[in-house]
Amino acid sequence: MKLWLAGVSHHRAPIAVREKVALSLGQAGALARDLAGADGEAVCLSTCNRTEIYLVGEDDRIDLGAEVQPYAYRLSDEAAALHLFRVAAGLDSMVPGEGEILGQVRAAYEAGTTGPLLDRLFRQALHVGKKVRTQTAIAESPASVSSAAAALAQQVFGELDGREILVIGAGKVSEQAARNLLSRGARIAWVANRTVDRAAKLAERFGGEALPLERVEQELARADVVVSSTSSAGFVLTREQVERALRARRGRPLFLIDLAVPRDLEPAIQELDGCYLYDIDDLQAVVAETMAARRSEAERAEAIVLEGADDFRAWQASLDVVPAIASLRARAEEIRERELQKARGRLSERELEAVASVTSSILNKLLHLPTVRMKEAAAASDGLVYADAVRHLFGLGEEEQ
Amino acid sequence: MAELLFWPALLAYGEAAVAYFGEARRPGLPGRLATWGVRLGWLVQTALLALQAVRADGFPWSSWAGSLNLFVWLVIGAYLIWGCQARFRLLGLAVMPLAVVLFALAHAAGGTGVGHERHYSTLFLVLHVGLVTAAFAGFTLAAALSALYLWQERRLKRHAVSILRLPAPSLYVLDRLVGRTVLVALPAFTLGIVAGLLRLRSDGGSLDALMALTFVTWAVYGSFLVLRVRGWHGRRAAYLALAGFLLVVVMRLGLPVGHFS
Repeated sequence: MKLWLAGVSHHRAPIAVREKVALSLGQAGALARDLAGADGEAVCLSTCNRTEIYLVGEDDRIDLGAEVQPYAYRLSDEAAALHLFRVAAGLDSMVPGEGEILGQVRAAYEAGTTGPLLDRLFRQALHVGKKVRTQTAIAESPASVSSAAAALAQQVFGELDGREILVIGAGKVSEQAARNLLSRGARIAWVANRTVDRAAKLAERFGGEALPLERVEQELARADVVVSSTSSAGFVLTREQVERALRARRGRPLFLIDLAVPRDLEPAIQELDGCYLYDIDDLQAVVAETMAARRSEAERAEAIVLEGADDFRAWQASLDVVPAIASLRARAEEIRERELQKARGRLSERELEAVASVTSSILNKLLHLPTVRMKEAAAASDGLVYADAVRHLFGLGEEEQ
Repeated sequence: MAELLFWPALLAYGEAAVAYFGEARRPGLPGRLATWGVRLGWLVQTALLALQAVRADGFPWSSWAGSLNLFVWLVIGAYLIWGCQARFRLLGLAVMPLAVVLFALAHAAGGTGVGHERHYSTLFLVLHVGLVTAAFAGFTLAAALSALYLWQERRLKRHAVSILRLPAPSLYVLDRLVGRTVLVALPAFTLGIVAGLLRLRSDGGSLDALMALTFVTWAVYGSFLVLRVRGWHGRRAAYLALAGFLLVVVMRLGLPVGHFS
């Protein structure tokens, strides 16, 4: 039985193509059931960046449709397995090492129709993915401006649990940065905007308080982090305003994130003691550096993936010799049992037990080396030759014939 | 026997100090090697101190060099509490090279040998030398944490692009640890001074330069705690802790001979 893979991904297919074959988890599970049929195996993995079908069968019967075909890739056996391991490790993702893909591979595996081959393949892929994340630092550094801002806030405050955030501007950019801080335990305490109605809508979603821009200075004394992204032409917060607010802070640090262009926060704020101001350029420089670190960690991750692929290949190859090994052991056991039965009348129960134990031990020792050698031969692609030789030498299967 | 324990301990500390520099360049394996070096060295030094304690008649670290040996052990012991955590590893860059130099100095001055004679009662030596040395270890650790705070703050202020690649503890955590360490070390220092003063009174001795400097140091750390309550945190507090440590260095290395004799 061969392993087949057909799919499209962000590497070659534009979003207009990917969205044509994107499936929900339920649809992916149903498609896998259809493709697997009564006794086959199939798993369908569909995310925003890829749709892939893994199938076990004699031939590749995956039809992606004429429109999608020019963007598709088709792989089989070792190459297909290696591809899945790279996907699970996050090495094939748009952002190397992103963590979401591992959960998506797990969900696809659980929704799919698996048998011995795909079960082993996906379990090993999940193991490899987890190993890459624990043994390399590929997933540790942030990959976006908003996650970098949140990670920098943690460099000042440590855990963000209970830290209070003041969001200035009620647009998408502020919201995204605020969500990142929220996911790390911070609380969106205030949302300030020129139009208070828009601020109120966002504040309601986060459980905070809506403010007009004029009240920002007043709340600065209580906030720990300020996130600003408005379309204002001038500075929303000046050095003088922050300096006045600092007097009431009793030495508590203030972290300010300016995501607006033109800038909302006066750059001179950075000169104040206890104030840390990052604008969009500063954050992008940090992200560029962490992405470089991710790429360097990716080299270590590739080695782990290759090791996993080698293990899988050895296991898959050993499937060729497993029936021959099982037959050989069954034949040997059968002979032992037969001879023990013959001796039953001549020996006492105690003697029989001793003989049974000794013969069992001899059998195991005798068959150990041929078993190991056959598995090694299978890994070196000679498995079928060895299996045939063993069947011929020991006459396995001849009695049935 | 003491020699057999000293050299492996020094070697392990030295390996840790070098590995911490490697960790600063490329985090990962060097950091783990450094942590194991510190652990191993500290265990061997513990065995050395145990041997000294068994062989000595009373408190074995009453000499200047002996107390330096104990001081290194206390500093590294305190560092081990946090230093094993990945985020605090870089603290080793400040602690371990200093520990290696001081440990070698203690050995060169005869502080790692066995069978020293004592001139004072064991209780007095434990209270005075033991507590003051423990306090010095605490102040040293506070200084290392303050140095790490200033380094981390500078990286944040200058928008260092490597800030997320080379992890260090957050400013908040470092500031809090400096405060707590001084809060524990200062009472020990106070008790050690009181024990020394009582002895001085019963012997009818007079104040020396070291004692005068001790009072100044006590006042600096006392002010540190009072000012913290009044909102002195962050950079200013870190500089004050470092200023206190400078006095500790002068006391520890600059004026020891007269006092210990």
